[in-house]
Order: sequence, then structure tokens, then C-alpha cells
Amino acid sequence: MSIVGKSEVRVDAFDKATGRTKYYEDRMPSGALYARIKHSEIAHGFVKSIDTSAAEAIEGVVKVLTCFDVPDIAFPTAGHPWSMDPGHQDTADRHLLNRHVRYYGDEIAVVIAENEVAAMQGVRALKVEYDVLPFVLDVQKAMEPDAPQIHEECPGNVLKHTSMAKGDYDEAIKEEGLIKVEGWYETPMVQHCHIENHGCFAYAENGRITVVSSTQIPHIIRRIVGQALGRPWADIQVIKPYIGGGFGNKQDALYEPLCAWCSTQVGGQCVRIDCSREETFISNRVRHAIRFHIITWLHKDGSIAARKIECFSNQGAYASHGHSIVAKAMGSFPQIYPCDNVQADAYTVYTNRPVAGAMRGYGMPQASFADDANIEECALAVGMNPIEYRNRFIMPKGFEDGFSHNVNYYDSFRECMEKGRAAIDYDRKLKEYQNQTGPVRRGIGMAAFWYNTAVYPISLETSSNRMQLNLDGTVTMQCGETEIGQGADTAYAQMTAEVVGLASYRDVHVVSCQDTDITPTGLGAYASRQTYVAGFSIRQTGELLKKKILAYASKLTRQMVENMDIRDGSIVRVMDGKVLMSLKELAMTAQYNAADSEHITAESTYTIRNNAYSFGCSFAEVEVDIPMCKVRLLNLVNVHDCGKLINPALAEAQVHGGMSMAIGYGLSEQLLFDEKTGRPLNNNLLDYKLSTFMDHPDLQALFVENPEPTSPFGTKALGEPPACSGAPAIRNAILQATGVAIDKTPITPHVLFAEFTKAGLIHDDWEKEGT
Amino acid sequence: MAQYKLVTCTINGKKREQMVDVRASLTDMLRNNYHLTSVKKGCEVGECGACTVLIDGEAVNSCLYLAVWAEGKNIITLEGLMNPDGTLSDIQKAFIDETAIQCGFCTPGFILTATEILNAGIEYTDDELRKLLSGHLCRCTGYQNIFRAVKKTMLRRLGKDAEAELVK
Repeated sequence: MSIVGKSEVRVDAFDKATGRTKYYEDRMPSGALYARIKHSEIAHGFVKSIDTSAAEAIEGVVKVLTCFDVPDIAFPTAGHPWSMDPGHQDTADRHLLNRHVRYYGDEIAVVIAENEVAAMQGVRALKVEYDVLPFVLDVQKAMEPDAPQIHEECPGNVLKHTSMAKGDYDEAIKEEGLIKVEGWYETPMVQHCHIENHGCFAYAENGRITVVSSTQIPHIIRRIVGQALGRPWADIQVIKPYIGGGFGNKQDALYEPLCAWCSTQVGGQCVRIDCSREETFISNRVRHAIRFHIITWLHKDGSIAARKIECFSNQGAYASHGHSIVAKAMGSFPQIYPCDNVQADAYTVYTNRPVAGAMRGYGMPQASFADDANIEECALAVGMNPIEYRNRFIMPKGFEDGFSHNVNYYDSFRECMEKGRAAIDYDRKLKEYQNQTGPVRRGIGMAAFWYNTAVYPISLETSSNRMQLNLDGTVTMQCGETEIGQGADTAYAQMTAEVVGLASYRDVHVVSCQDTDITPTGLGAYASRQTYVAGFSIRQTGELLKKKILAYASKLTRQMVENMDIRDGSIVRVMDGKVLMSLKELAMTAQYNAADSEHITAESTYTIRNNAYSFGCSFAEVEVDIPMCKVRLLNLVNVHDCGKLINPALAEAQVHGGMSMAIGYGLSEQLLFDEKTGRPLNNNLLDYKLSTFMDHPDLQALFVENPEPTSPFGTKALGEPPACSGAPAIRNAILQATGVAIDKTPITPHVLFAEFTKAGLIHDDWEKEGT
Repeated sequence: MAQYKLVTCTINGKKREQMVDVRASLTDMLRNNYHLTSVKKGCEVGECGACTVLIDGEAVNSCLYLAVWAEGKNIITLEGLMNPDGTLSDIQKAFIDETAIQCGFCTPGFILTATEILNAGIEYTDDELRKLLSGHLCRCTGYQNIFRAVKKTMLRRLGKDAEAELVK
């Protein structure tokens, strides 16, 4: 392979560096009407009435629509592929606008106006009367018998409960002399914070509805808009332009269905919905806050005799991706640290909080935090070096998961840990930072994770692809796996050039913007699937195209197809390497041959029925100012085995971004709510502490490149993995520095103050000692 | 009722004038009146930096700046940074070469603030550079490659090419 594996420049870099790239709002038709949403100002209750008269009197207001006007159709929003099995379909639990409001920020009405100001004034002029009901924000409280009931069809608020068992936990823990390591671990509700807020616009054309949206999943959005409006799916066309980040938030139907419906209510005129940052925080999706309870029983040598894991996932007001996330989190435990006796339970629970959906890592940053905090305690409980402990008990080489049939073909965990250990100088620092005294202390810590590539066998995994030979010998390529900033288009160009035999990845034109009327059906960007899954259909379609090209070439060159190949953009004879003709010559001849014209294209679908483990670990070094309760991150190193790198520079950049997200997850990010009203307290980029340029140390991204045997390019997941293990590594570094185990993220000064106080570290003597 | 005012200013080297709603931000004017869509909206309250433009050489969040204040000002957006012959400025090129671009939404703002920093002709320390760039949020890059692009360009402009090559 010569094109794959190189650090080529992104295909979209020039346009992005010059401001030419068009995002949804840059493609807005002039005269589009503005739709602004009225969000509920209570956390739970019923809308009794909405007086729209004052809003309708405002000049420029075209129409006011309320929760009393919408079709009585409940629909799901999760960006999952459709399932032919009704039992496996997503929960349909919301309307376009809701009378039963279930969180502070729920959609109850919309004002459509000729300009933005009138739309906003219209929203403010709506007079809403509610029947207020008690609300609940906490998972455990929502599971209590007398808790407020959030969905009539889900008594008890538990959307789903699943269990996993192996061996006999109750019997195993009867063994004499076992050491018990127990903890409760808490992870926060955070938001994706892509810099482009979600927005979309919709209009009618030829009796159908076109929606242009900032989404990761155009083909899935087409289905959901159809469902929500009660129209045939083929009536909907979804166009996805470049998007300013997604991270899973845009792997959900956000306002596309509402926007499409609004357009139908004003005669098919173009209607736009643009989320403000404040709306993005509260009324889009968030990451599930998951609370874990883990009991690990150790033999004296540290081996795990039995493990009990309970996971309580805060779903918020609507199901969205629902139980999939905590199910994935729960499933990770027995795979990373295999053990013969496991009892695990996962609960997804409705509360009156914003809706939790997909977010980079899909349950794994949560699981990784809890698991690696507990495993760190296990190592300490038996007096073992944390990395030696993991080396001894982490998933062995050759491990195969019974459900996914993923195989740990190499010894990736240990290879990754060795590389990170050397890079950060772990052993020397671990020793140096032992037995520190004084107010400012340093520490080092690590954590490891595994991640699934794509979603087989839980859901359909398919990718379709179209390639066309252009007259200049270049190839145009289309697929449904979207570019969302990660660089997928560039990887596709490299893979396509490699398979077809072009001279450069620049000879491939990837049609970046998906249009469901034109683009072959694919599922979009999620589950770190794009490069892996699209790789199969690129390989298959590229081979088809090549076959067609060589078949035509055979007519012109009188050479046997099997004795020809395409290399560097030319048709060559294999036996002696003679260049027979260029692809351009062939394409021109094929197109304009008066006796035998052919437009050479290929199209195919590949459905994968396997999956691949991706592995990695993080190493963090911190400096903790105990009296100030502040943590300074000095170093962060991530090591990944995501198979062969298609584009090393882009892979490295991808890891940096995930590490950055992990830093925020570990130290600063958290959505806060008023306990008395359920009102969000920090839904803006000032009060929500997204880590800035100054909160980042030098980030180091390293790789172990064990080729994934199932992938035609030897590749596997990298999009989400970098966000998984950073936060627990930071937590474990703080533990080494101070001896204080923090079992919740983010580890803010508020949290540290409470924990340090409990540990007796907050006192007046620092001043004397510190000087 | 909306009131309008004539705003005359120089945008990307050309003298321009338009009647503008007095309530409009400079972001609105540049995007809606002049179709300069590199000016991005990420929060519209000065938190994210995506809408940054240069006003008389100074990087400003255009969402916090009223369009009418632009009267007589010299404004540069990312569209104006490319040379007329289609070649790129050094900092644009560095963003491409250093893989400092992912989704691209924060990129225009970052490049314009970097332009202001670089035009100062000062060799900043790493900490100073980080602080100068900290008004911009990015969720894709962890800032690592953006930092490298700016630092390398700074060193090159100061004639320290060899030193720039060593920046990792």
C-alpha cells in the first residue's frame, strides 16, 4: 500500500482555511422564515393553555403553532438504523411539541416570523398556563416508589433494566480470605459543545419536503422526519452540508422533524430553526450521567474472584438512545478485566433533566472512569504497582467476547501500556512522587479502555458506495458515511485511490455533502464506524470499478483482463509492466466511442457481520495545590491500537481532540441544575467550563499499529476511543499525589475541598510548612 | 420599528456601504449584507471566538460589536486574507500543513486572532501564546496543532526558520 498510511493533507483543508466551506446556515435561501421555539419554564407538568394573541399581533409574525396543534404522533429520535424487529426499535415517546412537559426546556410552541426579532418577540409574548407537577432530577430518587411519574407508559420511570451474569457471584464471595474493594462512582451530565450549534431549514419542492440540516446521519433523519410527520419516508429529502462538529449530539433527530412540519404549516415556505448556544446545552442532547456501584472481591494475589456491578443511567426526559449507552458501559467490565463470577445490572431511568443521547464514547468514558478507579483501588489493596496489576489481569491475548465475537488478536493492551509507560517515564515518576509532603504535590496515573468498532451485532452495519470514472481519469466517490470534521473524506480518498490504482488521493473527488436523493444509502457518522465500515464498501466497489475499466480496456488493447492492472492512474500489462494507456485516454474513448459508448461507474453495498476491538490507554501527570484545591495537568499521553493508520497526521489530531474532551470530563465540565426548580444554571460557554487553550498541557498521541485482520485496510475505531481513559488517568494521578481517592468527575476545586477536608489535608499549617 | 443607518467602511480592501438595521451586530452585517460566511456564529455573546474579524488590525468578536460602530473602520474577514492571486497567507498555510483544521468552524476566528498576534512581530513565550489564543474555543483539536501552527509561523516571521522546524 502506498497511498494509504501517509499523512496527506485533508481534502477540505484549503476551503476551510479560506472560509469557503459552506455549513447549513451559509446555504440558507433568502427569505427563509425564522421559527423560534418556546421552551417550558417548569421541569414537569402539563400545559393547560397558551394564549397566542399577543404574539400573533406582532408585526412580522406569520404563524404561531402550539402543542395543541401538532399531529398526535409519538416518534423516536435516536440515530439508530431502522430495525425490522419491532421489539428492537427505539422508544417513541415524544411529540413535535409536548403538552406533558418533562424537563425545563421542553418544546411547547413555536413562533414563525419574517425576521428573527419578531420571532423572538413572539416567543416572549406567549402566555402559558401550566399544571405544575413534582419533578425529580436524581436517578435513585426517580426509582423510589412515590417518585413523580414522567411517562404514563413507563410506570416506575425505569425505561429498561438488563442484567448480565457469569458463574455464581453469591457462591464465589463465600470463599474465605477474600479482599473486598467497593465504591460508588459518579459521572456528570456534560454536553458535546461542538462550536457550530445545530440548525436546519426545510421547504417543499415538487410535493415533497427537503430538509437541510447540520446532522451526522442524513439517511436516518429522512426516516425519522417521515415517521414524525406521518408521511412516506421517500417524501423526505435530507441534505447534509459540512458541519461544525457533532460528537454524537447530531446523531439524533434534533429539530429536523419540527422544522419540516413548520414548513408544511406555512404552505411549504422555507422555515429555519437555528439553535442558540443556550438551547444547544439544554434542548439538544447531553451525555448520560451514570452512577456505578462496584464490589470487587480479590484473592490475596490480586486476581478477581467475583465482581458485582450496578449501573444507574440518568436518561433525562425522553428516551433518545436510551438503554444502549449504559448497556454498552456494563458490557465493558467483564471484557477488560475478565472474571469467572460476575453479576451486573444496568438501569436506564427517566428523570426531569435534559435528554441524554449519544456522545463520543457512548457509555465508555463513564465505564472507564468507574472501572479504572475501582481497579486502581484493587491494585493498592493488594499492594501492587498499578500498571503491573493491570498487566497481570487485563484482557489476555486471544480473548474472544462471546457476544460480539471480537478477538484480541495481539497483546494490544500490554503493548500500549508499555509504550505509554516509557513515553511519560512512568516508573521513575511513580517512585519520585511517593511519600511527598507539603502543600503542592505531583502524581502520576493511568487508565486503559477497549472500544467496539461499529455496532454489529446489535444493529445493522452497512455501507453503500458509488464510484464513477471521470473523463480526466479521476474518480468521483460517494457514500453515506459523513464527514463531520474527523477527516473521513480524506481517508476515503486515500483508500479509493489505493484500491482503484490512482496516482494520488487527489485524483479522488469525494462528494462530501450527502443528499438522500442522490447519495447511496449509508448510516452516517457514529460508533467510530466510518473508516472501518466504509473501508469494506470502498474495497468492494473499487474492485468492481476496476473490473469494468479493465474490461473496456481489454477491447481497446486486445490484452487479457487478467494480464492488466491499474497502477498510478494508468493501465499496465502485468507481465512486463508496460503502460498501455492512461485512465484519461480510456475514459475519453469509452465515453465518446461512437460505436460502443460507456459511462463507467460502479456501485455496491457491503454489510459487515463482524466487529473489531480497539484498544488504548492514557497516562496523566498532575500537580495538585492542596490548599488551593487546584489540579494542574502537566502531561497527558494517549496510546491507541486502532490498527493500521490510514492517515497518521489526521489520526493524531483526532486523538488530541478526544484527549481534550477527557480533560474537561475529568476536571471541569458539568451541567448544573437548580434543585428547587430544575432550571439549568450554566447553559452557556462562560459558566460551563469547557477547557480552554490554557487548560491544556502538551498532548502526546502515540500508536501501536497492529493490523486488524477483519478490515480490508487493517483499520479499526479511533473516533471515540481517545475520549475514554483520560479522566480516570487524571483521577488516579491525583490519588497518587495526595492519597485521596476522588470517586466522581469532574474533579473541581469544590469536590477537592470537600474530599481534602475529610482527609484532614485542609488546615492552617500549610502556610508554615509551605514557606 | 426597525431603524436603519448608512454604514460606510472598508471590507477586505474595498470601500463598501449599506443601510443597516441599527440593532444588527457586525456579524449580522458581514454575513447577511455582504455574504461573508466565514464569520461564524457559535454563541453570539462573545464566549467562543468563532465570529472574530480584524477591525483596524485588532481581533474583535464581531457578535459583540454593533454594525453601526463599523463606520469608517477597516475590516478584514478570512475571505480577505488570501492574496489576490489565490495564494495563501503564511498562517493559513500553516493551519493546513500542521493539521490544525478539523471541522473548520473555529478556524476563521483562530486564523484572524493569530494574524493579529503575528503582526505584532513579537516572540511570545508558549504561555503568552496560549493566553493570547485562549479567547477561542475548539472542540476538535485539543488546541495542540493550532498552537504549533501559530508558533511555527511566529518563528518563521522572525527569521527563525530552523527553530520553527524543531517545534513539535
